[in-house]
Amino acid sequence: MTAATAERSRTPRGAGFDPAFRALCFASATLLLSALAGLLVSLLIGGWPAFSTFGFGFFTSTRWNPVTDIYGAAGPIVGTLVTSTLALIISLPIAFGAAVFLTEFCPSVLRRPIGIAIELLAGIPSIVYGMWGLFVFAPLFAKYVQLPAMMAAPVGSIWEKLTTGVPNGSGLLTASVILAIMILPYMAATFRELFLGVPAKLRESAFGVGATPLEVVWSMTLPYVRRSAVGAVMLGLGRALGETMAVTFVIGNAHGLPGSLFDSGSTIASTIANEFAEASTPMHGSALIALGFILFLITFAVLALARSFLGKATV
Amino acid sequence: MFGRQSRRKAASALFTGFCVFAAGLSLLALFGILWSLITNGLGGIDLAVFTKSTPAPGSPGGLANAIMGSLMMCALAMVFAVVVGILAGTWLAEYAGDTAYGRTVRFVNDVLLSAPSILVGLFVYELVVKPAGGFSGYAGAIALALLAAPVIVRTTEDSLRLQNKALRESGVALGAPMWTTIRAILWKAAAGGLLTGALLAFARISGETAPLLFTALNNQFFSLDMSKPTANLPVVIFNYALSAYDDWRRLAWAGALLIAAAVLSVNILVRALSREQKRR
Repeated sequence: MTAATAERSRTPRGAGFDPAFRALCFASATLLLSALAGLLVSLLIGGWPAFSTFGFGFFTSTRWNPVTDIYGAAGPIVGTLVTSTLALIISLPIAFGAAVFLTEFCPSVLRRPIGIAIELLAGIPSIVYGMWGLFVFAPLFAKYVQLPAMMAAPVGSIWEKLTTGVPNGSGLLTASVILAIMILPYMAATFRELFLGVPAKLRESAFGVGATPLEVVWSMTLPYVRRSAVGAVMLGLGRALGETMAVTFVIGNAHGLPGSLFDSGSTIASTIANEFAEASTPMHGSALIALGFILFLITFAVLALARSFLGKATV
Repeated sequence: MFGRQSRRKAASALFTGFCVFAAGLSLLALFGILWSLITNGLGGIDLAVFTKSTPAPGSPGGLANAIMGSLMMCALAMVFAVVVGILAGTWLAEYAGDTAYGRTVRFVNDVLLSAPSILVGLFVYELVVKPAGGFSGYAGAIALALLAAPVIVRTTEDSLRLQNKALRESGVALGAPMWTTIRAILWKAAAGGLLTGALLAFARISGETAPLLFTALNNQFFSLDMSKPTANLPVVIFNYALSAYDDWRRLAWAGALLIAAAVLSVNILVRALSREQKRR
């Protein structure tokens, strides 16, 4: 025992590996940083031929023609923005309502199972949403929404203009609805977290002065979580913008500006998914990568905005 | 006075009704999707799905090559992602603190976490497929690893930060080097969280389709060689679902059911795990 004590060196065994371990951890963190930098640079380099050839017209032209090798990205860009915004408009009230239900009205026995069920919706792979959208949802949508809406549209009204197209179930609005279902669980889960974070005293005091549940939610809970809720919505929007497979199945994949809600269209992601593996010319590939670069900028801007609303801690 | 009171009551009742409707609609969507997966997919699942490779239209076949390819790519991707993710997460939690570089890496990780997966596919195409001169299973695995790593980084950092400061001090007090403290005490204490992160990452990548479209591509035949285009479930589902052949579509539904079942059971496992941890 005494011999062992005497032999014990001043520095602990294995201490020599400390700097190496630290460097290893640091290198892994730096690898992430360089992955993002590489992503950005490779998209910029790959897309550069398209940007430099078509200039600013790349953003404003709606012509996308692999045969003549002339590309303009306005169609997919508008398609992306329109479907994501519509998805948000559809999804927001539902996610809000479901979150309020779970925090205010739900019997406590059902709270956990229903909460889990809604969160499981987030786990379903997007390709499954796509198949479901194409084979199950689209026929129902055509029969019960598109046809009646087109029949009911008064001739010459803006309503009629918005509902022109082939009632085959696919198109911009179908894609938006599928996207809405996909981002619903994310927003509902975040809203629920936020609502649960409201101090019980605040809510109880409102109930105490005789406020109805609606008034409590509207004038207590919502103002309290307003800022973070906007952040949560932005995160949902970010998801919708980059979603690929589900949209590719149901949007109809037509280039150019969509003329109505039922018209076929395309998004940036769906265009890349459909065409990149079979890009006919180098310029075609470059134009698709340039589209990817634009998508990156849009989602990055939305994420940065979301972070500024949510604050550092919660994103 | 009475009228105002009842108006408030009515508005609130209406609101309650709307919330119930919203929750019901969300549940309806989940069960609608599960129902169509089961009715369309269950009939297509038989032994051949697991033993035979993807067929030519009209002839019998299964998804064995796609399942194998998916498993290989996910496994390889998870090895990369777990190593890099846990080390990077450890750096963020234990070494970086609130330094500018630490904040930058945290932000970058968030960007990667929410970057559209198809862009990761484009990046890996430019980085690996183009220089290597062809599509390969390795490229697919790298793309998947890039999607899985940020999830693991985030959960690793979070679960290490949850650990008590006294744990770190106890290691240091025993005279253990920092890395021994991290390895033998902190990682062990946070093991549940680390496992959860890995499972979540696996659930995220196992259904990913977009980044594989132009990295792994597809392969009609059974092959263990990942340096060639590699078959994988998501891309097979994508191609077969949009085909005009009934038996291909049936296989697509069967594949979709398999993937969804795998992802959902991993998600449920994660929930069970985190509940177990809370109880302790």
